[in-house]
Amino acid sequence: MAVAKSQVGSKAASTDGRKPAARAAKASSARTAGAKSSIAEFSRDEEFAAYREMLLIRRFEEKAGQMYGMGLIHGFCHLYIGQEAVVVGMQLAIRNGEDQVITGYRDHGHMLATGMDPKGVMAELTGRRDGYSRGKGGSMHMFSIEKQFFGGHGIVGAQVSLGTGLAFANRYRKNDRVTLTYFGDGAANQGQVYESFNMAELWKLPVIYIIENNRYAMGTSVSRSSAQTDFSKRGLSFNIPGEQVDGMDVRAVRAAGERAVEWCRTGKGPYILEMQTYRYRGHSMSDPAKYRSKDEVQKMRTEHDPIEQVRLRLIDKGWASEDDLKKVDAEVRDIVNEAADFAQNSPEPDASELWTDILK
Amino acid sequence: MPIEILMPALSPTMEEGTLSKWLKKEGDSVKSGDVIAEIETDKATMEVEAVDEGTIGKLLIPEGSENIKVNTPIAVLLADGEDASAASAPPAKDEHSVLEAAKNGSGESGSAPAMNGAAVPAAPAAIKAEIASDPDIPAGTEFVTMTVREALRDAMAEEMRRDADVFVIGEEVAEYQGAYKITQGLLQEFGADRVIDTPITEHGFAGLATGAALAGLKPIVEFMTFNFAMQAMDQIINSAAKTLYMSGGQLGASIVFRGPNGAASRVGAQHSQDYSAWYSQIPGLKVVVPYTAADAKGLLKAAIRDPNPVVFLENEIIYGHSFEVPKLDDFVLPIGKARIHKAGKDVTIVSFGIGMSYAIKAAEQLAAEGIDAELIDLRTLRPMDIDTVIASVKKTGRCVTVEEGWPQNSVGSEIASQLMEKAFDYLDAPVLKVTGKDVPMPYAANLEKLALPTVGEVIAAVKAVTYR
Ligand SMILES: Cc1ncc(C[n+]2csc(CCOP(=O)(O)OP(=O)(O)O)c2C)c(N)n1
Ligand SMILES: [Mg+2]
Repeated sequence: MAVAKSQVGSKAASTDGRKPAARAAKASSARTAGAKSSIAEFSRDEEFAAYREMLLIRRFEEKAGQMYGMGLIHGFCHLYIGQEAVVVGMQLAIRNGEDQVITGYRDHGHMLATGMDPKGVMAELTGRRDGYSRGKGGSMHMFSIEKQFFGGHGIVGAQVSLGTGLAFANRYRKNDRVTLTYFGDGAANQGQVYESFNMAELWKLPVIYIIENNRYAMGTSVSRSSAQTDFSKRGLSFNIPGEQVDGMDVRAVRAAGERAVEWCRTGKGPYILEMQTYRYRGHSMSDPAKYRSKDEVQKMRTEHDPIEQVRLRLIDKGWASEDDLKKVDAEVRDIVNEAADFAQNSPEPDASELWTDILK
Repeated sequence: MPIEILMPALSPTMEEGTLSKWLKKEGDSVKSGDVIAEIETDKATMEVEAVDEGTIGKLLIPEGSENIKVNTPIAVLLADGEDASAASAPPAKDEHSVLEAAKNGSGESGSAPAMNGAAVPAAPAAIKAEIASDPDIPAGTEFVTMTVREALRDAMAEEMRRDADVFVIGEEVAEYQGAYKITQGLLQEFGADRVIDTPITEHGFAGLATGAALAGLKPIVEFMTFNFAMQAMDQIINSAAKTLYMSGGQLGASIVFRGPNGAASRVGAQHSQDYSAWYSQIPGLKVVVPYTAADAKGLLKAAIRDPNPVVFLENEIIYGHSFEVPKLDDFVLPIGKARIHKAGKDVTIVSFGIGMSYAIKAAEQLAAEGIDAELIDLRTLRPMDIDTVIASVKKTGRCVTVEEGWPQNSVGSEIASQLMEKAFDYLDAPVLKVTGKDVPMPYAANLEKLALPTVGEVIAAVKAVTYR
C-alpha cells in the first residue's frame, strides 16, 4: 500500500552526525580567511528589516503551499520555509541588484530577497501571463536581469557551473561584482561542482559557493550520501577557504557573508559557506517526509527558528512591542494576499506564447 | 469570518483522496503548522497542516471517507471570538467560485481563458520565413584558396577583432594552438584573457561558458571533439537552449559550441560519433554543419554574432580540404539557408558536412552515365531549409539523402518524413537514405570502411529511385 511505500528507506533520520546548527558558527576551514567567532549584533533597524524580509518569505511560501493545495499551483513546488535566514543574511552582505544571485529550484526565497515582485513570482507559480517568465517557466524557472537574479534551475548542480560563469564574466569585464551561487547538500555531490571549484580557484573567480545544508536531499540524509559531511571542507583540495555557518541565525549569515564578499571582491578567488539550516516542509509538495522524525522537525522549529530568534531579540531588547510586530505581520500578510489575488486573476498566457522565445 | 479548510492537492497528480484520520476535533485550537489530518493520496499518506490560526468549528467530512475531491470543504475554522454557530454560515462563495473557475481554466471572471480542447496554434510562418539569401558577391571579387581549418580560424579572429565580448575557451585552444590547430595564432593576437585553456572538464566549462553567456558575453566553446561534449550535453540543452523560453524571453545565451564531429579515421567507437541528428532535434538551438571553407567561414561568423546558442559541427577529415573563399572584408552567410551545390533535373541528393563529399563524387559518376543530379548542401540542420529541398523535389520527383550518422531518426529520416507530408504528390519514388551502418564504429580498416556510407551506395540509391 501507499503508506508502506513511502516509508521505505526511512532509517533513523537523525543519524547524520552533525552538530546542531546553533552551535556550529565557528569557522573550520582549509585556510582561515579572517573568520571571527563572535557574532556582530544587528542594530534595531537591521533586526526589523531582517524580520520583515524573512517573514515575507515565510508567509509567501505558506500561501504558495495553500494555493498548491487548492489546485492553483501545480507540478513541482519546493518551499523554502525554515531556511529564510540564509538568503536574507546573504543579501545584506552584497550590493543588491549589482552582485549576481543564482540558485536551484528551491528559489522563491531568493527571488523575494533580491527584491523581485511577489506578485510576479506568485503569478509565475500559477502559470499566468504576468508571471516573471510569462507563465512559461514555473516555480523552478524565473529570472530578473534588473535584480541580477539568474534563476531558477531544475537540474541539480547545473547552477554551480553557470554561477561560476557569471563570476567569470565579472572577471572578464574587470568589474568588482561577486556572484552568489547557492546549492544544496545533495547538489554538493555532483561532479560539475568540483569541476567548477577547480576553475574558480585556478582563475580566481569572484564566486561565493553557498551550500544550503538542510540535512536532506529529498529523502536522503547527509550521512547517507556524503563521505565528507563537513561541506566547508569540500574545497580543501582546491585551496578554497570555507566556513560552517549557523544558517538559522541571520546575524551569523551576514557576518560570514561579509567575510566571503570581502575575500572575493579583493580578487582572492572563490569562497565556500556551508549554511547549516533546515527545511520544515517536505522536499516538494508531494513529499510525505517519512525519512525524519516529527520530533526532529519540531525541535528545529521551536529552538532554532530563524524568524522567532529575531522576534525574541526585538522584544527582549525593548526594540519592539508585540503590537509593532503585529503591524509588520499585517503588512506582510497584505503583500502576500495581494500577490495571491493578482496571481489568480492574471490571465493564462496567450496561446501564441507557445511559439515565442524559442529563438531570439 | 469562518475559514473553510479545503481538501488539499498534495501531489502533482492528485485529484481525490481518502481522509483517513482527523488529528483535531471540534473545539480544538490550532496554530499555523499544526497537523490537523492525514490524507491518503495516490502515492502516500500525507499530513495536512493548518495554514491559519483558529478553533476547529466543524468537521465537515468524517474520517475514513474515500474519494474526496480536491477542494471540497472538509472543515471550518473559527477565528478568535467567533462561536460555533458561525460555522454553519454559508461558505465564502465568491472566493470559492473564483478558485474553481481558475482551476477549471474557465468561468465568468474571465481570468483564465479556456485552453482545454483549443486547437494548438500552428507555428507562425515568421519563424522560418525571414532567412535572407546569401549575400551577392560583387563581380570581380578575388577568390583565395584556403583550407576549412584556415577559414574557421579567420572567422574567429575577425569576430574577435570586431567584438571584445567574444572569447574562445576549451581544452588546448591557447598554448597548444588547438588540438586540431583551428585556434592557431589566436593566443598571440588576443592574449590569454580571451583565448582560454581549460582543464579537462567539459561539463564544467560548458556550464561556465553558458553562465558567461547569460551574463552577456559571447563565448566560443571548442570541444576537442564532439564525442566529449556528451559530458556537457546537459548544459548545452538544459541551460543554453532552454533558458530563453523558460525566462519568457528575458535571458538568452549567445554562445557557439564548436569542434570536430563524426568519424575521423581509425579511432574506434567512442571517438567516431556523428551528433548531427541529436542536436538538430532541440528547439532553442541552431545547428550548423558546413562543408566548404567559404561556408565554414561565413557561417561561423554568423554563428558568433547570433544571439542564440549555435552548435557548429565541423569534421576533422575536411579540416585540411581546400576551397575557394571570396576575399571580402566581412563575409557573413545566413544560418538556415541551404545551398544548391549543383543544379540538376533527374534526382535531388540532399546532404551536409562531410556527407557532401560522397554526394559530389556520386554525382560526377552519375553524370557520366547520363543522370543529372541536383545537389543540395543543407549547411544548417536547424532551422532546416526544407523549402529548398521541396522545391527541388517538385522538379526532380526523386530524393536521396546522404549522411554518416546512424539510420534510425537520422536527418534523412526527417527529410523523408517532411517530403511525405509536403511533396507526396510530386514523388515518383520512395525517398531513400544513405547513412552510416547501425553499428558502433569498428577499428579495423576494412570494417570501418563498411560502417561508413560509400559513393557506391549513393549511386545505387540514385539508380533505385530513378529506376535505372
Ligand atoms: C541531475 C538531477 N538529478 C536528480 C534530480 C531530482 N532531484 C531534484 S531535487 C533533488 C534533491 C536535491 O537535494 P539538495 O541538493 O540537498 O537540495 P534541497 O532540495 O535540499 O534544497 C533531486 C534528487 C534533478 N532535479 N537533477
Ligand atoms: Mg538539501
